[in-house]
Amino acid sequence: MVLKGKVHKFGDDINTDYIISGRYKFKTLDLKELAKHVMEDIYPNFYQRIRPGDFIVAGKNFGCGSSREQAPLAIKYAGIAAVLAKSFARIFYRNSINVGLPLVEVDADRFKDGDEIEVDLEKGVVRNLTRNFELEFPPYPQIMRKILQDGGLIEHFKKYGTFKLD
Amino acid sequence: MRGTLTQQIFSAKVGRWVKPGEIVLVDVDFVMGQDGTAPLAIKAFEEMGGEKVFAEKKVAFVIDHSAPSPNQGVSELHKRMRDFAWRQRIVLYDIGEGVCHQIIPEKGHVKPGSIVIGADSHTCTYGALGAFATGVGSTDLAAAMISGKMWFKVPETILFKLNGKLPTGVFSKDLILFLIGQVTADGATYKAVEFEGSTISSLSVDARFTICNMAIEMGGKAGLIAPDEKTRAWLEERKVKADFEFLEPDKDSYEKVYEFDVSALEPQIAVPHRVDNVFPLSKYEGTRINQAFLGTCTNGRLEDLEIAARILKGKRIHPEVRLIVAPASRKVLLEAMEKGIISVLIEAGAVLVTPGCGCCVGTHNGVPASGEVVISSSNRNFKGRMGNPDSSIFLASPATVAASAIEGRIADPRNYLN
Repeated sequence: MVLKGKVHKFGDDINTDYIISGRYKFKTLDLKELAKHVMEDIYPNFYQRIRPGDFIVAGKNFGCGSSREQAPLAIKYAGIAAVLAKSFARIFYRNSINVGLPLVEVDADRFKDGDEIEVDLEKGVVRNLTRNFELEFPPYPQIMRKILQDGGLIEHFKKYGTFKLD
Repeated sequence: MRGTLTQQIFSAKVGRWVKPGEIVLVDVDFVMGQDGTAPLAIKAFEEMGGEKVFAEKKVAFVIDHSAPSPNQGVSELHKRMRDFAWRQRIVLYDIGEGVCHQIIPEKGHVKPGSIVIGADSHTCTYGALGAFATGVGSTDLAAAMISGKMWFKVPETILFKLNGKLPTGVFSKDLILFLIGQVTADGATYKAVEFEGSTISSLSVDARFTICNMAIEMGGKAGLIAPDEKTRAWLEERKVKADFEFLEPDKDSYEKVYEFDVSALEPQIAVPHRVDNVFPLSKYEGTRINQAFLGTCTNGRLEDLEIAARILKGKRIHPEVRLIVAPASRKVLLEAMEKGIISVLIEAGAVLVTPGCGCCVGTHNGVPASGEVVISSSNRNFKGRMGNPDSSIFLASPATVAASAIEGRIADPRNYLN
């Protein structure tokens, strides 16, 4: 699957409180409603600037902080196709794969806000169409690849009834 | 082979020696969800086709983050948790029981050598009892509630060797803030963290919880301390048998070893808006505050309330400051009442709220106004954490919180303790 869209650039250590504030997440399971508040505290009106299929590109330790799965869900429901970052916090990483939001570890410094990029998840390649370069990224561990291919952990469990490691 | 504590736990579970980097599927010993994460887990459980949890006594829901409910939206989600818990006959700790990370160990659900997952990032707290405990999201929680299993990458481990006696007025909170400042917010990402040395041995189990609680603030997957006599006594009081035998870890198995002598450590403070933005308290002494918060899974335990009461006894808080106190559990509250701690705090001007997360997560119980400054004994000072992105949060020990409440400015607790 090749994803194509525009880059929205963020800095280092974007925590899950910034992605979706506790003010909202305790109140509702309505993910479309939560998505409207994505990144609100550090980037007012971010939601309005997203075109479906766009990407978040961020620095190191993206998704640090709480275990709220509403964070990757709010990003996904806001229309973001994948998050690219220098590195990710671990609970966020697991949660994203579980809800079917692809994450890619790349050197984020080479991307600027507004760049048009393509992400080929199968081949493990990111192409920056604006700046004309390609970066490779390492494959997911087998179990994560399987969960992503199944369309998330819910679908994985529907299919197998438990974790299927191989 | 002895490896690290983490490796020993995973190897015992899998039934063979495991190495960092291996992906393993293990049985979990206990799983927990709270009111910010369990409703989504119930939804996932149902969508996955879950009918019955894998073991009623090994699953607990805790209503602590917005308890009692401040609005209808939250009430509906709480109701959903209660209905699910009653129907499934799982353990339910409803409003007023306290913060999940206080209650789960306090009620005897955590054993050394066990693997516990919780849908809350501060689940790493239980590592203070020698368990491998880690935070997951709601869908992983649902998967574990159905299967009783979880997959893990066996992590690399970082060791902190801490020696020396903490000076008067300097506490385990100051120590862990100092360490986070040293290694930064992603210094241990994907890794387990273990703590040992004479400093750790000298700490009470309560104080050790504070250390392991904040392992996640350096990105850690878990934070562990090997059980000793203090741990065994603490567990015995809660009727938990500690039968897992740890071997002395093998120092070569650690990816990295940090060594610190903490005998001259000063009180520390984390400055807005990052937990790893840590300085000696003296640098920020005198900063005006509007609210002081004592509580949370980091520092809402009996000895935390006790030290605050020692500082506040016979004094009044500054007239322009609110002091909010949330005991970590009903048990802590009862013990603090018996010891006269609660009356000291209230006579000094403190406001007592329900045992639980209090104002830490910004849902109720003391949301700061714009431009206001809070000093808190909690674990996160992210912008907006307490419900208002235009306020600022400083993190410090309960003693520093109490001293600052008296002065209306960030103050050194050592001036109140001999």
